[in-house]
This record gives sequence, C-alpha cells and structure tokens, in this order.
Amino acid sequence: MSALFDHLPELWQGLVVTLQMTVVSFAGAVVVGLVIVAMRVGPVPVLRAVATVYVEVLQNLPLLVLLVLAVFGLPEIGLEAGLTTTAVVVIALYEGAYIAEALRSGVNAISAGQGEAARALGLTFGQSLRHVILPQALRTVVQPIGNIFIALTMNTSLAAAVGVVELTAAANRVNLLEAQPIPIFVGAGLAYAAIAACAGFVTGRLERRLAVAR
Amino acid sequence: MMIRVRGLNKWFGDHHVLHDVDLDVARGEVVVVIGPSGSGKSTLCRCLNRLEAADSGEILIDGVPVPEEGRALARLRADVGMVFQNFNLFQHKTVLENVMLAPMKVRGVSRAEAERTARELLARVGIAEQAGKQPARLSGGQQQRAAIARALAMRPKVMLFDEPTSALDPEMIGEVLDVMTGLAADGMTMVVVTHEMGFARRAADRVVFMDGGRIVETGEPNAFFDSPRTDRARDFLAKVLTH
Repeated sequence: MSALFDHLPELWQGLVVTLQMTVVSFAGAVVVGLVIVAMRVGPVPVLRAVATVYVEVLQNLPLLVLLVLAVFGLPEIGLEAGLTTTAVVVIALYEGAYIAEALRSGVNAISAGQGEAARALGLTFGQSLRHVILPQALRTVVQPIGNIFIALTMNTSLAAAVGVVELTAAANRVNLLEAQPIPIFVGAGLAYAAIAACAGFVTGRLERRLAVAR
Repeated sequence: MMIRVRGLNKWFGDHHVLHDVDLDVARGEVVVVIGPSGSGKSTLCRCLNRLEAADSGEILIDGVPVPEEGRALARLRADVGMVFQNFNLFQHKTVLENVMLAPMKVRGVSRAEAERTARELLARVGIAEQAGKQPARLSGGQQQRAAIARALAMRPKVMLFDEPTSALDPEMIGEVLDVMTGLAADGMTMVVVTHEMGFARRAADRVVFMDGGRIVETGEPNAFFDSPRTDRARDFLAKVLTH
C-alpha cells in the first residue's frame, strides 16, 4: 500500500493528464461527430461518401495503430506537434467516428415527418438538422454517447504506448521503481472506474431531464 | 393562377403514381381532391411543394417554377403552408415554440413579434391555453389545429392539406374542419386532400376526383356530388356516401 501512497504526487499528475486528454478529446470528438453526421445524412452525394469512408476507415483501424502512425509518421512529413496534442487529436478523430454513428442512429430514430415538416416550413437542410432533427436525435442517444465517453476515457491509456505520461504510464513508472503492481494498478484502475461512474451518473440524469413525451 | 400543374408524372419504382396530371388552382380558390386510396392524391399534394420530386412535368406556384433542392426551394416552401395527416409537430418543443420557430429562423422575425403572432394564431384556432404544453400532451384535434397555426404563422400564399383528419378520432374531426372552413371563408387558397365529403360539399369551390393516378373528373361540388359524369366517380360516391 505504501508503494501507492508514497507516489501519490506522480500518480495525481498522471490522473490530471488523463482527465485533460479525456475532456479535450471528447469535446473534439463531439464536434467531429456532428460534422460527419451532418455530411452523412445530408443531400450532397460527395459529402455523404466522404463521411461514410471516414467512419469506415477510422472504425476499422485500431486506435493504437493510428496513434503510432501519427506520433512517428507525421514528423516524417514535417508535421510536428507535442506528444499529448497529437494523441488528443488522434483520439478525437477516432472517437468522432463512433459519435457520428451514435448520432446517426438517433437521427434514424426520428420520424421522417419531423424533417418533412421542417422543410415544408421553409427551413433549409442545415436549419432542419440544427433546430429539429439533431436536438431530438441527441436525446435518444445520451446513453450510447455516455458509453463512448467511458470508452474514450479508457482509450486515453493507449497514449502511454507512444510516450504520453498519463495515468497508466505514471502507474507503470511507479511500478518500475516499487515492483508492486497489484496496489499500484488497482489504484489506477479505481481512478478510471471513478471517472466512468461519474459519466454514468451524469448520463442517467441527462437522460431523465431531456426525456421528451412522444 | 396560384398553382399551375402541367403534364405531371411520378413513378415509385415501376408503379406509375401520377399520370400526366394537369391542375390549375386560382388565387383564393379552395380545391378539394378526393378519390380512393392509392389514387395518387397525396402524392400530387406532396409534389406541389416538392416533398416528392416529380419525374416529369412542370409546377408553377404563383407563376414561379418550383426549384430544385436548395435555398430557392426553401424560400418557395416558406410561402406554401402544409398540414400533414400525422401533424408532425416538433416533439421537443412546446406548441408555442412550434409556431414561432419558422418565422424566426426563416423570416428573421424578432422573438417578441413571433410570440405575439403565434399567440394570436393559437387563439384563432382555439387552443390559446395549450401554448406552453408539449405536443404529445394534446389531443389529436388540438395537435392538428396547432399544426395549422404553425403553417399559418409563415403567412403562406397557399395551404396544402394532406388528409388532415384521417388520423383523428371521429369526435375531433369537426374542430379541425371548422378551422379549415374558417380559413376558406377568409379567402385562403387551399388544396385539400381528404375523405370528408361533407367538407368538400360545404367548403370547396371545386372538387377534383382522382383514380389510378389520373384526374378523372373535376367540377363544382354540388354538381359533382349530385350528378357525377363518370362511372368511376359515381361508383366511388356510391361506396363512400351510402354509410
């Protein structure tokens, strides 16, 4: 146990990095997801195709591969950014594909009549999406998006593999000094579990508050 | 001429739903379209504001050809009100917000003015006290009247009604038809697809009878209902008017 408590400052620093990465990459993923779903359900065939390819490619590649490619490949073509920044951007782009798919299932759950009524009133496609379709779609996918948030939190630990010192990497470093993997990784695991539990609590509350009578 | 349709054809796959349809609707005229299910009357109605794209033919609204998808089409739709069989009120907004949305976002009307107009319209259709409720809390008849108010809030040149009472319980049909009769009396140009023969007789300037994707007969309502000229119309009326 002392192995864990003696190194609280390093572990705490790792947790802070994990939280920062989670929040920023989730915000990015939501933006990416909204853009991709707007393209994917929109009337322009080229944009639909681009969005479909985007989702298929990013969902079908392991995040670790994407992280390694970005961290070691981008500098080769002259794109240099900090390790953490690179990891956050890659995670945001990757999870954005999942958010887009969750949102699309929400859009599909809204009856076609809602969009028809919006367009019949003279709203453009973008306005219909923004004021009528997406607000309703979001309400139906709060739970899946909460799950994506939790998965994203866990996925930030893959950044450890490319050198970002977040919670998992910090725990690993402490373990190299102390050789006490059980208390150290159980401690780190509990921290991840706490983040996930908070996310579950918030999505549960949101879902009840946003419930729409049908 | 408010609406002018020439040589309209529409297929759903192999099914030829509209067959060289011609239709003129004058300003202020109330045209009621009747006919058996599957006769193409709803599709015709939906083609008028391009919710369905016609395969050939031309449609002019107030002298302007209905544009392809895009902003010009949105502008045209803003002037053409539509009321649906299933109301299609925005489920996540209150009744008042439903009526205010399009005037604010499409016409750029201020919130205060949009709200004033919306409340007036809700009072006119008799549901002023429901303004703050979500649509699902209203009866079908109230929802349809809210949907009519929502369409009227855009001050449309013409109103399309696609079977507006077909999803309603019998005791609620009257309240919706009363609102529509009032609109007709106020001089609104209307195209009404319906099975309500009483309304057709009372409110229509002209009845259009469709069957098999064609306009089979058209005429002034009393003449049409009392002495239809075609066998098909006579058959149809015999079936719907006997009970």
